[in-house]
Amino acid sequence: MGSMIYKNKKPLLIFLIPAFAFMVVFLYYPFFLNIWNSFHVIKGLGQSAKGWNDPWYSNYLKIFTDPKMRTAMVNTLWMMLATLIGQVGIALLLAMMVDNIKRGAKLFRVLYFLPIVISATALALLFNLIFLYDTGMLNQIRMAFGANELLDFKKGSLAVLTMIIPVTWQYVGFYFIILVTGLNNISPDIYEAASIDGATKLQRVRFITLPLLHNVICTCITLAITGALKVFDLPYTMFPNGMPNNKTWLTGTYMYYQTISTKDVDYGSAIALVIVVLGVVLSQIANHALKEKDY
Amino acid sequence: MEKVKTKRRFSPWMVLVYALLSAWAVTTLYPLLWVLMNSFKLRGRIVSNSFSLPVGDLFTLDNYTKAFSKLNVWGAYRNSLVISISVVVVVILLAGLCAYALVRYQFKGKAFLQSLVIAAMMFPVFSTIIPVFRMMLSWKIVNTDSLWLSLLSTALPQIAGNLSFAIVVLSGYIRSLPIDLEEAAYLEGCSVFQIFFKVVVPLTKPSFATVGIFCFLWSYNDLFTQMFTLRNSDQWAITRLLNEISSQEGTDYGLLAAAVTIVIVPVIIIYFCLQKYIIKGMTAGAIKG
Repeated sequence: MGSMIYKNKKPLLIFLIPAFAFMVVFLYYPFFLNIWNSFHVIKGLGQSAKGWNDPWYSNYLKIFTDPKMRTAMVNTLWMMLATLIGQVGIALLLAMMVDNIKRGAKLFRVLYFLPIVISATALALLFNLIFLYDTGMLNQIRMAFGANELLDFKKGSLAVLTMIIPVTWQYVGFYFIILVTGLNNISPDIYEAASIDGATKLQRVRFITLPLLHNVICTCITLAITGALKVFDLPYTMFPNGMPNNKTWLTGTYMYYQTISTKDVDYGSAIALVIVVLGVVLSQIANHALKEKDY
Repeated sequence: MEKVKTKRRFSPWMVLVYALLSAWAVTTLYPLLWVLMNSFKLRGRIVSNSFSLPVGDLFTLDNYTKAFSKLNVWGAYRNSLVISISVVVVVILLAGLCAYALVRYQFKGKAFLQSLVIAAMMFPVFSTIIPVFRMMLSWKIVNTDSLWLSLLSTALPQIAGNLSFAIVVLSGYIRSLPIDLEEAAYLEGCSVFQIFFKVVVPLTKPSFATVGIFCFLWSYNDLFTQMFTLRNSDQWAITRLLNEISSQEGTDYGLLAAAVTIVIVPVIIIYFCLQKYIIKGMTAGAIKG
């Protein structure tokens, strides 16, 4: 207790300064500068600000009127819904099933986590081949089952779905591992007691598993919401420039487009700030909504 | 007794569970095998018959010869390794030192610094990259023809982006170490730095391995930073190269399949060798974060 070693505070500076210097220079300072930038006129990446916007908050007005930004927001919200229901939902089902089996649980963990370590850019190329119009994996399967015409997965209303599915698929394993760890922490005695009392499988899930997993599920939901806002690599490679017809923008890819292609750097900064604010606000709302619910 | 046993073994519920679990496993594994298989076929065969094994006259190495002659694959690998290994080394060193001090020392402002670390995890790279780019431009390390400077400019933001995750995970492990060993080393006459490198680091090696693997994968797979910092084709790292292939050679399906295989095979090998650390560290990071 109260070790003598750590009474001398001088080495502390050497321990702390390098890491915090990095964070201040590359995270905190740029983050606040980015907010300041979003109120100024910047006409190219790396250029300095040329005075205030008129009015200074004009970029934030533009966010509400820009139709492409609206598409990006709507698609991002769909992406979020897919991550919440698709990823966390599928992961929860898989986790509860794996928790019930004796053999092969470890193998399933390894296989489910596999897509996460692979670069999303590589997966985008892979899914381009799978969804290929003439003729990728899916269309070949459809033909084999007697479909007459090819389906273009990357056109029209299917495009957004085609973008959301691979992203959702990739990260199911991530939430699966978190949830399985949570399930492992629930003592088998509780289940045993419940089945002695005559609880059915469904009742055990409803009254034991879900309430005891509550905190873990909240963590997953926060991660899913902030994760959906950070998606970039896969959509950017599969659907460059919001193709087709500006239908597939996401907040991340649209921010990049405004910054690099349109050279409206200050608008890009504003979109980036909106991404941060949305992440914080939505995950707070979700967590509050879940806390109020009484089991 | 007999009845219970048979019920356990052949219960239809268990069959369904295994069927569903295997079905999802197929979706995660089969696409990768499919692209591997097709990387050994010519373009025409991929679009006519992508499910058969590449044996007999279906088999060809053309896609790989083309990939290695047409694309600067080795250069991109070298660039990726230089970037990712420097990210790993710097993050492990700085985060280790910082986590150790934040756990063991009691001082004013400690809680504030800890919350700074946590909050830093909230900043997505979108919200920092524009000012960071401008700053690095004023240091003349981006938009240059110099290969090494451009690799440095990719590594720096990635280091910053991985630091807070690493500090949080490592703090958790260092906190669980008994302080007695450090005290014993102190009585032997070790300085705090010697204690850190000779006692703390060896004891928490697995968690350093986990953090290192994660930083490596994130850095290796990160396209966004590379889009900003790598200008010339000789500077491209592997994910940037892939992105360019897809926009330039989008219809050469054989070449695409070969390129995807070239990029993911090393990662998959690393993954299967080190999956123990990867999966364990993931949960530690996610739950504490």
